[in-house]
Amino acid sequence: MPFIETVNLGQKYGERDILKNINLRVERGEVFALIGPTGAGKTTLLRLIDLIDMPATGKIYFDGVDTAESAKVRLATRRRMAFVLQKPVVFNRSVYDNVACGLRWRGMKGSDLRTRVDGILEMVGLSADKSRNARTLSGGEVQRVAIARAIAVEPEVLLLDEPTANLDPVSASRIEELVTSIIRHYTTTIIMATHDMSQGQRLADRLGVMMSGELLQTGDTRDVFTLPRNREVAEFVGVENVIDGVVVSSEDRVVTIDSGGRFIEAISDHAVGVEVSACVRPEDITLALSRVSSSARNSFDGEVRWVVSMGPFTRVEIDCGFPLVALVTRKSAGEMGLAKGQKVFAAFKATGVHVIKRN
Amino acid sequence: MIELWHGLTRAIELIVTLDPEVMEIAGRSLQISVTSALLASAICLPLGVLIHFRRFPGKRVLVSLIQTFFSIPTVAIGLFVFVLFSRAGPLGGLDLMFTPLVMVLGQMILITPILLGLTIAALSGVDKAILDTARSLGASGFQAAVVALREARFAVMAAVIMGFGRAISEVGIALMVGGNIRGFTRVITTAISLETSRGDLELSLALGIILISIALIINIILNRIQQR
Repeated sequence: MPFIETVNLGQKYGERDILKNINLRVERGEVFALIGPTGAGKTTLLRLIDLIDMPATGKIYFDGVDTAESAKVRLATRRRMAFVLQKPVVFNRSVYDNVACGLRWRGMKGSDLRTRVDGILEMVGLSADKSRNARTLSGGEVQRVAIARAIAVEPEVLLLDEPTANLDPVSASRIEELVTSIIRHYTTTIIMATHDMSQGQRLADRLGVMMSGELLQTGDTRDVFTLPRNREVAEFVGVENVIDGVVVSSEDRVVTIDSGGRFIEAISDHAVGVEVSACVRPEDITLALSRVSSSARNSFDGEVRWVVSMGPFTRVEIDCGFPLVALVTRKSAGEMGLAKGQKVFAAFKATGVHVIKRN
Repeated sequence: MIELWHGLTRAIELIVTLDPEVMEIAGRSLQISVTSALLASAICLPLGVLIHFRRFPGKRVLVSLIQTFFSIPTVAIGLFVFVLFSRAGPLGGLDLMFTPLVMVLGQMILITPILLGLTIAALSGVDKAILDTARSLGASGFQAAVVALREARFAVMAAVIMGFGRAISEVGIALMVGGNIRGFTRVITTAISLETSRGDLELSLALGIILISIALIINIILNRIQQR
């Protein structure tokens, strides 16, 4: 029995469906990330799971119990969870009172309360500010208060909505460290929403990809990134090269895909004649100035169209009959002297190609 | 002019020497109006919360109706209460006519729309995310409502003070259902109106100064609150 299960969950905003048929299962103790672009319905889904909003359709089971049973069940269930909103707001009271409120609502008081709150403030590094009015805090501090008051109630499920979206890089990495330490020290089940797929990758055990109100794919973090189910997911998880073609031969799971006269070899079960897209991650492509013999089955000559430096990497756009984006280290880009108009050879392995059927 | 000047100096003398009659009337005014403001708050704050948070048909009509009654003439309420509590009226048997209690009741009716309307307005000013946060941290409906009231506390306090100000400065109800009975239901406003008509400017001016001072103090407190 999954810890949290949603069945055909849907939400409407007026007449518009903003969430459609969400069937999600989250196990106890798991860190699950919902990834997807802004407006995909991640926040809506988290609000439904936290039982703040009522769904238009479908059911939510928490620990096997139908949460729609009664208002009492909903409150009791909500009290087993805590939700950190995307744009957290603090109560116009002291930092201490902000962290204490959830515990007070659960009837905790006296020295138990003080010990717990002080401990949490210590953990998030806000002990010195405990008497300050929370309204006077900076964005990063507000986020820490929001997380502190959520974990103070020792929730069985912690819901985080874009925990670092509105923060500067330093505050963001501090919050991410905090979330990491929560994951390590508590057995809390975490469901987080993020549009930052690398953050999802860093923190989560499993991912769910959401787009336009639908849950398109769920799976282990690695699988989602390497084996996206369709073109939208592929593009979102950073597969920049999605090359359309048709399978023209298939032999012992090695298929050849014809893409406008260029042939790509890949590992796939698709039969001859199937229209497919070949997905190649930019970091799986190697570039060379001359054709090199390697184990890579796919090697194409092309011309550099654009070169952009991205920190330690350089992003190279190549035209080899179809557009191809490669990510190479800045060092090797420098050594090759990559520049616009240059002839290069791009190579990638057949196992580096993920083939998805087009629909 | 000389008469006015003389009246003014005598009035200040009455205040400075804490003249028993002046103090007694001012004290009663405060007592009655504070009571009505507190009692009305005890009803209007929870009711305001209920109206603000519940969704029901006709809610908008109700809210604009409440706002319409902000400036209801005091004599209209005086008349209404009079009819209700007079000997022949439906509540005449309670024998409350011309008592401080019925004055309190009348003032409560007078300031209820102000308190309700301003409480609802104060709650509308509370960020919806505050309520979501409270509920997400496990607040029950009641606990979340308390959070909302506390977040809006300055605006709610301003509402209560506004209500008190309207109660203490009104004359219609106090005169019509209080009866201006010396030593029993005579309050600042009714005393001023009576003494002025009798030509006793000293007492009127003294009470007038006190009333204006109360208004001034209320304004200062309100300003302080709104600056927070």
